[in-house]
Amino acid sequence: MTFINESWGVCTIKRTGIEIFLKVLEEEGVDTIFGYPGASVIDIYDALVKTDFKHILVRHEQGAVHAADGYARASGKVGVCLVTSGPGATNTVSGIAAAHADSIPLVVFTGQVPTGLIGNDAFQEVDIVGITRPCTKHNYLVTKIEDLAGSLREAFHIARSGRPGPVLVDLPKDMMSSKAELKPAKSVELKSYQPNYKPNVRQLGKVVALIKKAKRPLILAGGGVILSKGAGELRKFAEAIESPVTTTLMGLGAFPTNTSKWLGMIGMHGTYRANMASANCDLMIAVGVRFDDRVTGKIDAFAPKAKIVHIDIDPTSIRKNISVAIPVVGDCRETLNMLNELVAAQVEGVFNGSRGAWFDQIEEWKSTKKLDYHQKNVIKPQYVIEALHRLTKGEAVITTEVGQNQMWTAQYYHFDRPNCFITSGGLGCMGFGLPAAIGAQIACPDRVVVDIAGDGSIQMNIQELATAVQYGLPVKVVILNNQYLGMVRQWQELFYDKCYAGTCMEHAPDFLKLAEAYGALGLRATRPEQVEPVLREGLSAPRTVVMEFKVEREENVYPMVPAGAPITEMLLV
Amino acid sequence: MNQEKEEKHILSLMVDNRPGVLSRIVGLFSGRGFNIESLCVAETADADISRITLVTCGDMGVIEQIKKQLNKLINVIKVVDFMDMSFVQRDLALIKVRAKPEHRAEILRITDIFRGRVVDVGSEFYTLEVTGDLEKIDAILGLLKPMGIKEIARTGTIALPREKRK
Repeated sequence: MTFINESWGVCTIKRTGIEIFLKVLEEEGVDTIFGYPGASVIDIYDALVKTDFKHILVRHEQGAVHAADGYARASGKVGVCLVTSGPGATNTVSGIAAAHADSIPLVVFTGQVPTGLIGNDAFQEVDIVGITRPCTKHNYLVTKIEDLAGSLREAFHIARSGRPGPVLVDLPKDMMSSKAELKPAKSVELKSYQPNYKPNVRQLGKVVALIKKAKRPLILAGGGVILSKGAGELRKFAEAIESPVTTTLMGLGAFPTNTSKWLGMIGMHGTYRANMASANCDLMIAVGVRFDDRVTGKIDAFAPKAKIVHIDIDPTSIRKNISVAIPVVGDCRETLNMLNELVAAQVEGVFNGSRGAWFDQIEEWKSTKKLDYHQKNVIKPQYVIEALHRLTKGEAVITTEVGQNQMWTAQYYHFDRPNCFITSGGLGCMGFGLPAAIGAQIACPDRVVVDIAGDGSIQMNIQELATAVQYGLPVKVVILNNQYLGMVRQWQELFYDKCYAGTCMEHAPDFLKLAEAYGALGLRATRPEQVEPVLREGLSAPRTVVMEFKVEREENVYPMVPAGAPITEMLLV
Repeated sequence: MNQEKEEKHILSLMVDNRPGVLSRIVGLFSGRGFNIESLCVAETADADISRITLVTCGDMGVIEQIKKQLNKLINVIKVVDFMDMSFVQRDLALIKVRAKPEHRAEILRITDIFRGRVVDVGSEFYTLEVTGDLEKIDAILGLLKPMGIKEIARTGTIALPREKRK
């Protein structure tokens, strides 16, 4: 076989590492790179600046990874980062771990000292491949220029296929000036990595048999439905089998909220009816979830009456935490699609009303214990989020930080479509929201993008306001300021005799002045009647805006299931 | 998940013969709190592939999770659990035993019974080489112990599946 490349002729021409790097990025469809330069990647930057790739200069490498993560979640594409060796590389670790926990496709390029210096404790040398081995889907240290193109192509392939995840490629400085032949791209084939997209049909037959028998079915959908772009299939499936639907935090947006089939989120801060339904269903069809402890509560008491079907593309997710009756390994969308065909052929319409008693029960749970708060003299954080939902017509892309702000957003923004709720679910990484909003805004320049934050977590990556302002990104930051690390304080109030150890943040910057110092617009509401005007002004301003809301200091997130308790043991308002 | 009884499993992994692969496997075990009782690694007939023979223990749920997690690693090509089949296994031990004049004949006799060999003779110590399964090696160690064992080096278990007989 002769390799002929249209643009370069016969491929015996040698290319430098930089040329290979840029060529592969182009082949992989990369348009935006989030990064921060340094000595080990100065050659890459020198070449990058002369290309059409959009480079977003962040203010901290953790911000680069979260921004690429937000970009990936909002666009469905692979997010790309470029940072230098040593501290540049170590600063990416939290971001990588966050993306890994939520299965987000990223490729992170780290500079490395020249190959001859590796192992010498050189200036800005760390073994980043060793450090990130447990928090990446895979990683590479390229030590031979002949391996460069292959490793780069494999990195993208691994990041986006199967259960997606972050892949790190460590690039020693001398690789960029070394030369090798670049063979034309062909699809990557790895004998040891063959994700299974198509589920076993026999297993699906068993699922359909259970569906026919079930009187009280429940669908539990997770992030896997969103990652596989299966929200439409999920909706069809729920209609066809007449089943109520709950989702995990990561699954919010996979199912519309304006139907009687919608139960709200399950878990530690799930709705009463979702948690009660999980405890009383006789069939649970779990799609693209991994049964995190925040979802299950006490494992032994989880869905005690149900036969559980577990659909996931990652075999390790199945039977890791929960025993299941029918495991199905496959892509969520593909599996739901095949199930829909089987159901249409075999059971469509047979339930016709026979699940009335189940839905009546759910309706009763809903009307007795609904999500609620009472807006009085002091601003309630839930009220701010509901007002934001109203004013954005539920169409904004919302990112969050971590803690109470995240849970209230999950409960009160009513996500109706996928890829609109961008949150660090698995790792729970404070400082995620602002950089993720920057990435999401770049992916969706015409959408309203809002980071809902607390006064604690916003300060973990607040330097990224400079990035937002520099690139003219109209990202909105909503700070629910209660001068506490609210979620931990809530635990202390409820389980530690109100000993507020380390959670009081009475000294904070003046967020209004801080916004202005960064060149953003700063707005503040201290009374309930100011909430809507401030939101209106902030949302309509075509620039980066920080809106601070002085909220009820000791407001709690309810319902709440104490850690390790059965999820039916909810503390209600 | 399962409160079942723990069992010993011998796993054979075919892996890419590349730097860092062993670290991924060992890191997986330490990171997830799985046990490694012994581990042996060397190249196969194909220089691009190494075989790792790993002895671990756990209940069925844990072993299933170990195998799935290993399979998930990009550099692991194949995982075989010898529990599911008939196999041969060997350990090799080098044993340095004190050889007092009155014990020498006895040491040689024991070595002979276990089909071992004396590979080094010093003025005070004999070094023996013994191969066999774990029980056999444990048995000879038990017999030699009263004479004084100075040092032992063991390979850990290696294993291959048996071929079908006609």
